[in-house]
Amino acid sequence: MHPILKLVAQRFALGILLLFAASILIFAGTMILPGDVAQSILGQSATPENLANLRQELGLNDPPVERYFSWLFNALQGDLGTALTNGRDIAESLGQRLSNTLFLAFWAALISVPLAIFLGLLAVRYKDRWPDKLISAVTLASISIPEFLLGYILMFIVAVKLQWFPSVAMVNDSMTVFEKLQAIALPVLVLTLVVLAHMMRMTRAAILNVMQSAYIETAELKGLNSFQVIRRHAFPNAIAPIVNVVMLNLAYLVVGVVVVEVVFVYPGMGQYLVDHVSKRDVPVVQACGLIFAAVYIGLNMIADIVSILANPRLRHPK
Amino acid sequence: MRVPFAAAVGLFFTATYFLMAIFAPLIAPYGMAEVVGDVWEPSKIEIMLGLAPPGVTESNYWLGTDNIGRDLLSRMIYGGRTTIWIATAATVISFVTGSVLGFLAAVLGGWADQALSRFVDLIMSIPSLIFALVVLSVMPVTVPVLIVVMGLLDATRVYRLARAVAVDVNVMDYVEAAKLRGEGRGWIIFREILPNALSPLIAEMGLRFIFMVLFVSTLSFLGLGVQPPAADWGGIVKENKEGIVYGIPAALLPAFAIATLAISVNLVADWVLNRTTSLKGGRG
Repeated sequence: MHPILKLVAQRFALGILLLFAASILIFAGTMILPGDVAQSILGQSATPENLANLRQELGLNDPPVERYFSWLFNALQGDLGTALTNGRDIAESLGQRLSNTLFLAFWAALISVPLAIFLGLLAVRYKDRWPDKLISAVTLASISIPEFLLGYILMFIVAVKLQWFPSVAMVNDSMTVFEKLQAIALPVLVLTLVVLAHMMRMTRAAILNVMQSAYIETAELKGLNSFQVIRRHAFPNAIAPIVNVVMLNLAYLVVGVVVVEVVFVYPGMGQYLVDHVSKRDVPVVQACGLIFAAVYIGLNMIADIVSILANPRLRHPK
Repeated sequence: MRVPFAAAVGLFFTATYFLMAIFAPLIAPYGMAEVVGDVWEPSKIEIMLGLAPPGVTESNYWLGTDNIGRDLLSRMIYGGRTTIWIATAATVISFVTGSVLGFLAAVLGGWADQALSRFVDLIMSIPSLIFALVVLSVMPVTVPVLIVVMGLLDATRVYRLARAVAVDVNVMDYVEAAKLRGEGRGWIIFREILPNALSPLIAEMGLRFIFMVLFVSTLSFLGLGVQPPAADWGGIVKENKEGIVYGIPAALLPAFAIATLAISVNLVADWVLNRTTSLKGGRG
């Protein structure tokens, strides 16, 4: 077997293993409390009968290991159980919300990835001059403000004072794509700003790293102008680290979505998760946690696999 | 010792925030939960800048009042106290657990190192906000629980750094010499490795502290952190967010506080890091 295939297969297997272990951790995370789930859902004033009923309903009388496996197998078959608070099927409620969240994340990624790479290149081209300094200052400021506050600042300026966009991002099925895009303009802008800063910094660092190599000096000495040097020599070598940066930031985006959805009252997974955490609806929280972890682990795995594939030393082994 | 300008500014503001947190009851003009005026009264600053609604010419409050008429300046000062205290305590927990385990893993090596490192990889494979939400869905949301959950989740990052630094130091000649002298593990960790690993750890401490401030503010904003009537910066945003739609900027005040605190701590951490890397004379 080609060594590169073997590496990719290994990384893939590791991802699956990690996801499996993460599911154990998420399941165990809801067990480590002093009392039990039924007690904390119903509070201190619960009667013993209520407690016993809820325990029965949740299956808390079975041993934890058995409960874990039945939860996992059901989840693998797409059955995520029913929500405690309203008795609805979780998978059904999640479907629409997951696609809403992905819609939001997709547009944020579509705008932020090319922009971050372009600005990262610009910062390298004008290193230590004003464009670079301006870009660094703006990124430092934007990573020092939590996402939700960035959301409110933009909402205050753009939606309330200037009235360009609606301040809440309500979407439903009857809206056309254009209407939906207008509704999500602000949340997309916030998410873009949040990941843009990280992505740009990391792109800049990755390209600078390549720029210090000897072959770049040669290219400069033979008289190529600096954009040519970056385009022909630095960029091809920086692809692997940049793809890595992009994937890591997409993973970060998935988490940033949780907070931004709450700010803009967007009907996505993040809002669903936060709502049900405060209602102590454990099955919903476990299901959402599992999906977020799966997306996060998946994107990290893709990042690793791409950097394996993009490394010429691994592609042509000695 | 010459302190560069940027670091001096950072030190000044960081010290100011900490002093305000410590002496909050002496500085705050009103009590934390004391209702003193009407809902969302304009502030002195708004009037000075001419941003107040027409007809309003004076105000008793520097930053105005909040959604139920409490003085916002007092809320911000007490809120800063809660936020900074929780962030500091969580940073201490994360550093003590993370660095002790990291050093232990580096010194012990073998299966202990493998077991700890793989476990940390596993925890880090789930985003910490999501994991915190999962745990807080069943735990009672109190300040000690918050501190421990945040501290332990973040200890993974400190562990990685501490282990990486300690592995480097552990192969130095002086550590070898100490081992041959017959010193025990405690001595190796606390007398040989710790002093040499301290500077990168301290620089990292600044960044972790900021991360904790952002983390606890986010949790409070989501309603899963500090519970009312106690004030904290994330909670102030949550309480006043309805005002945004009417053009009342009260909810944006914590943004200013968090951003200035974060930037000043960053400036100090940068300086510590630069100073120590140049002192080390190129040793990675």
